[in-house]
Amino acid sequence: MHLDLAHPGHLTIAVLPEVILAVGAMALLLIGVWGPETEERARRVGIASIGVSLAALGAVAWMWSSGVTSNVGLVAVDGFRWGTSAVVLVGAILTQLLSLDDNERIGVRGSESYVLTLLATCGMLILLGARDLIMVFIGMEFMSIAVYILAGIDRRSARSAEAALKYFLLGAFSSAFLLYGIALIYGAAASTNLAVIGDRLADPAVAGSSLFIVGVALLLVGFGFKVAAVPFHMWTPDVYEGAPTPYTAFMAAALKAAAFAAFVRVTLEALPNAYELWHGALWWIAVLTMVVGNVIALAQNNLKRLLAYSSIAHAGYLMVALLTGTEAGAAALVFYLFAYTFATVGAFGIVCMLGHSVTNSDNLSEYAGLWSVRPGSSAAMAVFMLALLGFPLAGGMGFFAKWYVLQAALQAPSPQTRLAIILVMTSVLSAAYYLKVIIVMFFRPRPEGAPVIAPAPSATRFVIGASVAILLILGVYPSPAVRLARASSPLGDRTVVPELRSPEVPTAAADSSGVVMPEVSLAQ
Amino acid sequence: MRELLAQIHYDSWILPILLLVPLIGVAAIFAFCRAAPASGDVEYRGGSRARWIAVVTLMAEFVLSLGMWWAFDEARTGWQFYIDAPWLPDLHSRFTIGVDGISLFMVLLTTFLMPIAALGDWTSVRTKLRTHYALLLVLTTGMIGVFVALDFLLFYVFWEIMLVPMYFVIGIWGGTRRIYASEKFFIYTMGGSLLMLVAILVIWQSVGADTFSYDQTVARLALSPVQSLWLFGAFFLAFAIKVPLFPFHTWLPDAHVEAPTGGSVILAGVMLKMGAYGFLRFALPLFPSVAMLPVVRGIIIGLAVVSIVYGALVAMVQPDLKKLVAYSSISHLGFVMLGIFALTMQSVQGALVIMISHGVSTSGLFLLVGMLYERTHTREIASYGGIARVVPMFAAFLTITALASIGLPGTSGFVGEFLVLVGSYRTYPFAAIIAASGVIFAAVYLLWALQRVLFNPLSNEENRHLSDLNRRELGMMGVITLVIILLGVAPGPVLRRMETATAQLIEHVERGSAFAEQQRAREQTEQP
Repeated sequence: MHLDLAHPGHLTIAVLPEVILAVGAMALLLIGVWGPETEERARRVGIASIGVSLAALGAVAWMWSSGVTSNVGLVAVDGFRWGTSAVVLVGAILTQLLSLDDNERIGVRGSESYVLTLLATCGMLILLGARDLIMVFIGMEFMSIAVYILAGIDRRSARSAEAALKYFLLGAFSSAFLLYGIALIYGAAASTNLAVIGDRLADPAVAGSSLFIVGVALLLVGFGFKVAAVPFHMWTPDVYEGAPTPYTAFMAAALKAAAFAAFVRVTLEALPNAYELWHGALWWIAVLTMVVGNVIALAQNNLKRLLAYSSIAHAGYLMVALLTGTEAGAAALVFYLFAYTFATVGAFGIVCMLGHSVTNSDNLSEYAGLWSVRPGSSAAMAVFMLALLGFPLAGGMGFFAKWYVLQAALQAPSPQTRLAIILVMTSVLSAAYYLKVIIVMFFRPRPEGAPVIAPAPSATRFVIGASVAILLILGVYPSPAVRLARASSPLGDRTVVPELRSPEVPTAAADSSGVVMPEVSLAQ
Repeated sequence: MRELLAQIHYDSWILPILLLVPLIGVAAIFAFCRAAPASGDVEYRGGSRARWIAVVTLMAEFVLSLGMWWAFDEARTGWQFYIDAPWLPDLHSRFTIGVDGISLFMVLLTTFLMPIAALGDWTSVRTKLRTHYALLLVLTTGMIGVFVALDFLLFYVFWEIMLVPMYFVIGIWGGTRRIYASEKFFIYTMGGSLLMLVAILVIWQSVGADTFSYDQTVARLALSPVQSLWLFGAFFLAFAIKVPLFPFHTWLPDAHVEAPTGGSVILAGVMLKMGAYGFLRFALPLFPSVAMLPVVRGIIIGLAVVSIVYGALVAMVQPDLKKLVAYSSISHLGFVMLGIFALTMQSVQGALVIMISHGVSTSGLFLLVGMLYERTHTREIASYGGIARVVPMFAAFLTITALASIGLPGTSGFVGEFLVLVGSYRTYPFAAIIAASGVIFAAVYLLWALQRVLFNPLSNEENRHLSDLNRRELGMMGVITLVIILLGVAPGPVLRRMETATAQLIEHVERGSAFAEQQRAREQTEQP
């Protein structure tokens, strides 16, 4: 099927998953307030919201398998969108399952949390499909605003409120950066459409204009905030620590995946001709992110903060995939995000489980000797830690995720050997803190008088079990996931391999100012 | 025997079966043994059943693997018991396994030592038996996998995976400093191997990015000298840490001393051999031009000699018996490295024999130290003396194993060290002479230790009532002594089986380095 995006009907089909999520969220919002606010009603809305997410996932799968194509327009209709949408929806579904149990515990009785999760997911999907900087911004804001509220959904907790406020202030700041960057790029390239910008940048006068350079710099800052790259990561540990655990998982997995995927699409589709420009800056950001994230994680004794710094480090690894600037890099990124989602959400699932029996479930000392009382959950946590470490078999898919990123980095037209070496060296560092969790759980004795740890409630147990199963099965036989990741690598109809611009390219026939008169070209 | 094995197509299923049997044991343990009761730290039925399942499985594994001794065709070049099955088509990786004369003995050493290691933990490990024995079984699969894998990705997966069970064995059942030791062990090994991972990917890229097969890679690999040097460095680091070669050895005393007896047996007996095996299987055949550069070779030989002397000297001053044995391993593995890089027929075969002999005799020493520790709960040499009269059987076995470790003629240790010294004297006479002093040092520290533990006057009254070895301990030590003597008196059959593979390796490396030399010469003449 070929969609003509200028046609409203076709456009609606192209955004079918987003429509399902938005309509479902509206309907559930109404149902949620249609009576007294009880736990039972909230739970039912929660289960319905999982159904809505599953429906959206089904729509994504259907459109992916039916091979829909489209012309260049506001939204992308390509494998990369479907692949990353699937990852984000899986992350969202796991989050919703976790929050079913966790909301009851912390006493969030309103059904709005589920609606907000759906809306945030809808924003993420818009972001993933965005093929226009305006759409990127809309998707980003849609997603972020819902997540600001989710971070503070536990109204009685001061830490949750602090997290929400901190996240909101810094997030608003970063949105401003992003928007200003978009405006300047529009000023230089006279379009907000990614494909059109990509074409215009073939002209060195446009690509070399100061307007454009500043615009790209601001854009990088904006994305850097969202994916929590160093030095724009300051909000991450506080927000991850303060937010209710299921929503921390949501931020660490789905939100990061969505922001990264959009980052990849913007850099590879709109900016391949400015490769040297962003490559140098991002190279250093990637190195800093890997080093700083891993080093600071070493000092953490709070599990949620530890996972926050680990997620910063993983942003660095993902950036290595992004820096390859190739389709293989994009495929590696999708595969990595898939493995990372299960490992991260699973790890936060364990934190959720402990939260039912312990007040400070994020304090690492509460996990001492957990193995002697909850062997299954401890083994699952060990798998998640080893998966984040990128260890083969025991860490399941995590190994192939890193393997893929390394492979893409070394295979790129300009091999990123140094980045690959920094990646593995910082991975060795990360072993120290991932092992710390294992050491505490397995090697330390359970202290006298430690609280009894109740088994995980059913939905939480399902999330933990499913994550372990998928990680391990795909860790022995990753081929299905590899094939899906390959299928999701082509971005649009253009090749994304950056043609490194040689300096001999004639620079004639360009306006010396480098600024082209703006013209509106949202859809062709 | 051979006809019988051929009739049942032994060579077409043995390796997968060897990898599979321990995993079946794991499944059986979790299926038939209940978890420990919550009150927990006492012996319970499920635990002792797990112990039996593990020991029986590992013994069955050994019996199965014994057939390889007869089925192995010593005249044939190339892989035997070869299996090549698809595994990950999208990643160009296949499930390729096979053995040659080098890995055959590593596999046999593993299957021989594993039941002994499991028996060695019979009474020393008293908690969480189910998990302990399951981990030992998983470890068996991992270690055999390392020795038989002929696909780079498969090799790397096995290489890494065996870390995890060992890490838990040290961390859960180890001594007082077990957490420090286990973490150090894990991070050292992983740090080395991750760079190897990058190197493997670079190699994959340079042979056309379509295969991880060992054979095809070795045949096709053509690298620039600078590239080879870097890649060799990555492999060298991974393997040198594992051997361990001075100065990468610091994890070893910690890990070996803190590990429970069975863990020490596996670490010293099998895991240390993986580094040396890695050099023989990967570092030398892949980068002959680098490995044979006089500078590189000189540095490695130098480090090997330093390891021999340093290990021996440090062992001499250890007050702790287990630490003494641990440091003696560094010295012995120095001989192995000397033999490998001297690269003559005798020295490489000698290195292989030391690998077997050290695996058996050091395991014996660790077992004996463990037995002593179980009885007295101290490993201080100073707290013993004169116990030979109290525990004569123990004294006899300790003496035999120590003499094998020293390299007394008639024991396995002599054959290996003699071959290495004779072989390396031809290429590196000076190194061989210094290394020979290592043999003397070994005699000093081991005989001195024997004297202080067994023969001096009985100073500690508590030692008057030590019980001698029981039947399980006698059995283990008897088997070990048998192998030590057999290998020492009649090494012929072993050496014959190694010959073809060793000759092939040496020829390959020499041809590769000669070719590189020619190319270098040609380039120099072309440049005016």
